Amino acid sequence: MEKKKTISVLVTNQPGVLARIAGLFSSRNFNIESLAVGETEDPAISRMTIVATGDELVLEQIIKQLNKLIDTLKVIDMDENEHIERELALIKINTEGKNLTELMHIVNIYKGKVLDTAPDCLTVEITGDDNRINSFIELAKNFGIKEMVRTGTIALARAKKKK
Amino acid sequence: MKGGKVLLECLKKEGVNTIFGYPGGVLLPLLDELYNEKDIKFFLVRHEQGAAHMADGYARSTGKVGVCLATSGPGATNLVTGIATAYMDSIPIVALTGQVATSHIGNDAFQETDITGITRPITKHNYLVKNVKDLPQIVRNAFHIASTGRPGPVLIDLPKDVLSAEIDSFEYPEVNLPGYKPKYEPNKLQIKKAAELIEKAKKPIIYAGGGVIASNASEELLKFIEKIEAPITTTLLGIGCVPYNHPLYLGMLGMHGTKYANYAVQESDLIIAIGARFDDRVTGNVKTFAPHADIIHIDVDPSSISKIIKVDIPIVGDAKNVLRDLIEEVKPKRHSEWVQKVLDWKKQFPLTFSCAGAGLKPQKIIETISALAGEDAIISTEVGQNQMWAAQYYKFTKPRKFLTSGGLGTMGYGFPAAIGAQVANPDKLVIDIAGDGSIQMNIQELATAVKYNLPVKVVILNNGWLGMVRQWQELFFGKRYSHVNIEGSVDFVKLAEAYGAVGFKVTKEEEIEKTLKEAFSINKPVLMDFHICREENVWPMVPAGGSLENMLEGELA
Repeated sequence: MEKKKTISVLVTNQPGVLARIAGLFSSRNFNIESLAVGETEDPAISRMTIVATGDELVLEQIIKQLNKLIDTLKVIDMDENEHIERELALIKINTEGKNLTELMHIVNIYKGKVLDTAPDCLTVEITGDDNRINSFIELAKNFGIKEMVRTGTIALARAKKKK
Repeated sequence: MKGGKVLLECLKKEGVNTIFGYPGGVLLPLLDELYNEKDIKFFLVRHEQGAAHMADGYARSTGKVGVCLATSGPGATNLVTGIATAYMDSIPIVALTGQVATSHIGNDAFQETDITGITRPITKHNYLVKNVKDLPQIVRNAFHIASTGRPGPVLIDLPKDVLSAEIDSFEYPEVNLPGYKPKYEPNKLQIKKAAELIEKAKKPIIYAGGGVIASNASEELLKFIEKIEAPITTTLLGIGCVPYNHPLYLGMLGMHGTKYANYAVQESDLIIAIGARFDDRVTGNVKTFAPHADIIHIDVDPSSISKIIKVDIPIVGDAKNVLRDLIEEVKPKRHSEWVQKVLDWKKQFPLTFSCAGAGLKPQKIIETISALAGEDAIISTEVGQNQMWAAQYYKFTKPRKFLTSGGLGTMGYGFPAAIGAQVANPDKLVIDIAGDGSIQMNIQELATAVKYNLPVKVVILNNGWLGMVRQWQELFFGKRYSHVNIEGSVDFVKLAEAYGAVGFKVTKEEEIEKTLKEAFSINKPVLMDFHICREENVWPMVPAGGSLENMLEGELA
């Protein structure tokens, strides 16, 4: 059965690392939903958050193959522990001939921010997990989406609570 | 000290005394350093692909890291097939390539190619050296990566300005690879679980691959199979890890494996896979492979486990260590009934060939080589029918004596690999078992063999076909022999002589032994052109994607 998995990969911050990871996914025929890369608290280390889909065997292979790369320091299967996921989307929504109040109401429910306005559109920033962004997008479609960009999911494990 | 000299000093620290290579413009600073180099012997090849396979043959026959060198651009791309061959078979080589100066990289400069990009999926790791100061650390890491864990090729790309840059001095550093820690010691709990499964099994079989040879675990493997009395079959790359005449040895399994090995696998209730990876040429149809068996899979590479078939007990570790612990943990077992059944199959369905028809029998030639060459001889093969006949009929008693391109199936591998093995084993008899197709893919290396007086023997099983493809066309494409007839390509005797080697042509059965004996006594490269029965096939055969118990056979097989 196809499942979705969020994987966090700590890699040495070196040229060619992204190409190795991307190449691994294409050469092994793995499906990648999103990939977000950025520096960590240690500038020598980058964190890649990968959302991949596949059946159990494929997802196991993805983790093993990522581990096998020499530049990989650590692979964390985020689903094994409690964690926080966030994604950010910028969405340019059509407002021409539409009820702006209704749109603003929806943006407020989703705690979105209006970043730019124009006579015929609004650009809105939405953050949240993947589900939250998808459901906002569904509603925004009623107005018409002119352009959209998403960062891809980033994730961190929850801190251990002290007793 | 210039970068080129730094490189050579680092190589010497790694124990390198042999490089197979070919010059080129960007390598000039390095070639100049090699001019006065006493401790590293350079073998000038005739094509870079040859250099890569020589490094591979050197590595397979010794277990040491083989080193090859090529210039930028076309030199580097000519290595690619050899690197991919080593990658698929987990062979430790370090490929050194020249690169245009760092200031020119990305400009489509003359003879520039992104070789680290090209080889990323076919190397265990690769490096582009941007600063001469990084060179010692990179060389140290590269040799460590190539030779540890699951071995494999590593490429180091060396821009011209790095090779000519000056540094005052350098210290050879320790390995610095925080993300690379191969797991050699098995998990104790997994060993216990495996032992429990072994204890319960009534029909166990061991399926051993190249990993046993890479880990030098033959001795432990023998102790293990004897302690639990389990029959053993090997993959193509596992051949030699136990002696052919061991009573529990069933030969190779899979597409051209023995019937008794395949029957035993299909009927087994426990497969203990050691350093093997369930390749499609071994399993046939995965869905019908070993339907009754639980699987214990021992491998140093975790990603090999449960890649193709979900296994019951994975054990990550070096085969030698895992077997050591398993021998300790398991109770001695006897499986008389099961072993008897398997041995009955072995008697009932032996490998056979018919001696009818025109031309020499390739199987007979290989049996004769096997009888004459002695157990220390090193045999390489090309790819196709020659390779399968060698795997089936040559009697190996020791590991690291059979050099063959299993995973990639590279035609043109065997001859340069034999040259590399001869360089590493100057006192041993080294024989390439070839076809008339494959041998022409790297025939230019005859010049290398002659120049350095490497007395490699080449046995060409000449049927005038690209025989394995022809066999498939005969069986599955209505005998429509599309573009496989290469009859009369060249006079191999004259060709050998033109290069300064010795050539023999053999067409009669009574000349087989005499010619081989004579060739083995000549201290020069010898090319023997055996005209074999043109339409001889490799039997038995499991059609691609078929089930292992359904084997096609020839008239008499």
